[in-house]
Amino acid sequence: MSGNSRTGGGADARPLSPHLQIYRPAITMTMSIVHRITGAALYFGTLIVIGWLASAASGPAAFDTAQNLLGSFLGRLVLFGYTWALFHHMLGGIRHFIWDTGAMLDKHTASKVAWASLGGSVALTLLAWVIGYAVMG
Amino acid sequence: MSMRTPLSRVRGLGSAGEGTGHFWKQRLTGVANVPLVLGFVWFVICGLGSTQAEFAARVSSPLVAAMLILFIVSGVVHMKLGMQVIIEDYVPAEGTRIAALIANIFFCAAVGLVGVLAVLKLAFGG
Repeated sequence: MSGNSRTGGGADARPLSPHLQIYRPAITMTMSIVHRITGAALYFGTLIVIGWLASAASGPAAFDTAQNLLGSFLGRLVLFGYTWALFHHMLGGIRHFIWDTGAMLDKHTASKVAWASLGGSVALTLLAWVIGYAVMG
Repeated sequence: MSMRTPLSRVRGLGSAGEGTGHFWKQRLTGVANVPLVLGFVWFVICGLGSTQAEFAARVSSPLVAAMLILFIVSGVVHMKLGMQVIIEDYVPAEGTRIAALIANIFFCAAVGLVGVLAVLKLAFGG
């Protein structure tokens, strides 16, 4: 009984299932990982949304502070990233709804849909910001 | 021979007692979030550069307030479910895992409640 048979290379070493470092990265795998990362980022990004709403409910002074903070270069950078994460996670979710029906699951279609969701998320983010800057004048 | 009771078979909720509940709630809030996210982004874009008074006036519209509250509630429930899976996947130590699962629920509940209260306050004339 030589202790840790999961990592040891002894006589009782057992086969391990392949993991991330074994596979050549595929777009579907990358998008799956990014879906989880954007989800976690949005989880904490919600604090910005709620803080913004709470500042408005607290009065003009607090709202102005929040607006200035979010309107700063760093604020806009964070919000740009938040917008992309939001759209990427949304399109990733729609991809999952499609897969739930059993459609588009074959390898080549799944790869195409993964690329499309990446492209779509960038396009939607840019569109939202172009409209935003147009509205602000 | 199955050791399951007939009641357990009829309920069909499995050993964790939740059946497909987690999966279903994740999908349900996910479906709801699609139009709600788009509505929220639209709300933000239309209000760029507005003063607090203008902002409050917009939220005093019942449609806008309802959309914001649905967005917050559906969002935090979706967040709670998603972060729960991440914790269950990556935190092997039981004590830490349970603490993280509790913190997750507290965080989502607090964030959701503050958000809903803020919207209600603005909706009722801030």
